Amino acid sequence: MKKCEYQQIDPQALPTPTPTPPPHQGNEPGKKTEPKRPKKKWEVFPGKNRFYCDGRIIVARQSGVLPLTLGLILVTSGLFFIFDCPFLVKHLTSCIPVIGGVLFVFVIITLLQTSFTDPGILPRATPDEAADIEKQIDNTGNTSYRPPPRTKEVLINQQVVKLKYCFTCKMFRPPRTSHCSLCDNCVERFDHHCPWVGNCVGKRNYRFFYTFIVSLSFLTAFIFGCVTTHLALRAQGGKGLVFALQESPGSAVELVICFFSVWSILGLSGFHTYLVASNLTTNEDIKGSWSGKSGEDVTNPYSHKNIFINCCSVLCAPMPPSLIDRRGFLPADESAQTGGTDIELPTLATKSEINVCTQGTKGLLESAALPPLLSTSCPQGKPQTAHPCPDSSPTVNSEPSPELSTGCGAHHTASSHGDASPPRHTKTRSKKCKRAALHIPNPAFDAPVSPTSPDTGPGSKARGHKGASFAPLH
Amino acid sequence: FLVQTHSLQDLQQPAVSSKVFVQRDYSSGTICRFQTKFPSELESRLDKQQFEETIQTLNNLYAEAEKLGGKSYLEGCLACLTAYTIFLCMETHYEKVLKKIARYIKDQNEKIYAPRGLLLTDPIERGLRVVEVTIFEDRSIGSGR
Repeated sequence: MKKCEYQQIDPQALPTPTPTPPPHQGNEPGKKTEPKRPKKKWEVFPGKNRFYCDGRIIVARQSGVLPLTLGLILVTSGLFFIFDCPFLVKHLTSCIPVIGGVLFVFVIITLLQTSFTDPGILPRATPDEAADIEKQIDNTGNTSYRPPPRTKEVLINQQVVKLKYCFTCKMFRPPRTSHCSLCDNCVERFDHHCPWVGNCVGKRNYRFFYTFIVSLSFLTAFIFGCVTTHLALRAQGGKGLVFALQESPGSAVELVICFFSVWSILGLSGFHTYLVASNLTTNEDIKGSWSGKSGEDVTNPYSHKNIFINCCSVLCAPMPPSLIDRRGFLPADESAQTGGTDIELPTLATKSEINVCTQGTKGLLESAALPPLLSTSCPQGKPQTAHPCPDSSPTVNSEPSPELSTGCGAHHTASSHGDASPPRHTKTRSKKCKRAALHIPNPAFDAPVSPTSPDTGPGSKARGHKGASFAPLH
Repeated sequence: FLVQTHSLQDLQQPAVSSKVFVQRDYSSGTICRFQTKFPSELESRLDKQQFEETIQTLNNLYAEAEKLGGKSYLEGCLACLTAYTIFLCMETHYEKVLKKIARYIKDQNEKIYAPRGLLLTDPIERGLRVVEVTIFEDRSIGSGR
């Protein structure tokens, strides 16, 4: 499907992703099918993520309720533009659809960016690194019956911070890094795993997330205000509210959706504004890491002690690069080292950690709701399994290109069976539940988090963010 | 028999003897800094001062990449106003510095480390966790294990 380009490993040169074409056969010993095509790193990624557009787009394995989020936003905004705008333009001002349109575009773009950006995943330690760390632990450990504790203490700005050892990623986690069990990755500056956007929120996409919830608050409040004004104007002259609703039924739907969501979204925005101003993460705030609960004098060592600088460092800092190099090519010898994930790739259907190859962006939304096992088999170039992968880009150069459109081919029939899938049942939840389990930072279970929300639904009308059932992180 | 490149000849010879990992230094927070402590395994091959200089320069480069200042704020605000779509078209400041770092490491490898049978791996290849120094078998001793 894609052009085969392969690179020769040369110890004197650092492996770079720019492919040079000396032909090389039989690179991966375990692969049964054609060895000619070099693998890209996203194809052997060990975490529970799915990749689209040849590695440009990354989402968590379970998309959570992202389709619901998108659907609600699109439906509400659509109804707004269809039912309310014409009336308001006639009676008030034509600025209204303009403002609404700008906010809507902002919301959608930042939502998609939050969902599809690598949140700051730390690649797992190479076998050599892991062995080195093990050696160090054993050296300092005791010879008693208990295994040595896998923590390390460091002093950060005169504050003692404990670094934990991650057994999955085989390394000591940097400060503020946490392992998300839903995505099976260590994420830097881990905030929480958000089911609404179907991705973790971490260092790299926090600013997108924050912009998303702030602009969504504005959009929801704006639509709510406009709909109220619209209905009030229609009901003038003694005609009554019922008459107004009959004339504009769409407004009723919008009213209900906005009324129930505006409080929780505003609350969430306020909460995150507080977090940004104090340079905290949701994870730290919930665990009370720096609040001095244990009685000792602890302060947040990462805070710059100045609200303005904190805000700037969180939102306006230089954008850190993605550390997982999704689209780079695997060097020959490393593919053998990455172990089982590599060899099992030809028989992907049984594997739970699936990396899906190119599907169209539209197919993405539908297939994101698919049970993971259905959307499997990344068969780039495999003749017999050409089906799920669109024969989209036969001429696309594997060189990275900035536009998404060339990489994503036409969406394929694989996306057509996205109708009956587990996350869809969330639609049956009442709207009240929507704002309940807002953000669940890394629950310990593996199932989609949406089913738990009905429990907390009725009880958390006021401020959803603190009231929701947050599970403590390990 | 003409060897194509110098490196091709070397390719046939050295075996990896061991690897040393220079870990991150978190004393100033989460910014990217590596420990400047000189690993004992390199004592026979390299000057302590040389090594420290390399690591210190790397630390300075990463500090430059992550620096908060007027320019980065401007970039951040502009990005926010465009709903961060400019990240799709523009190369960020960090990426520019990463390229600089890659060039510096290549340069150091060629000038200082390769002649001593060592190889520095760019930390970005290891998720900015470690600076990996590969120690190759000393060819004068003969083929190793």
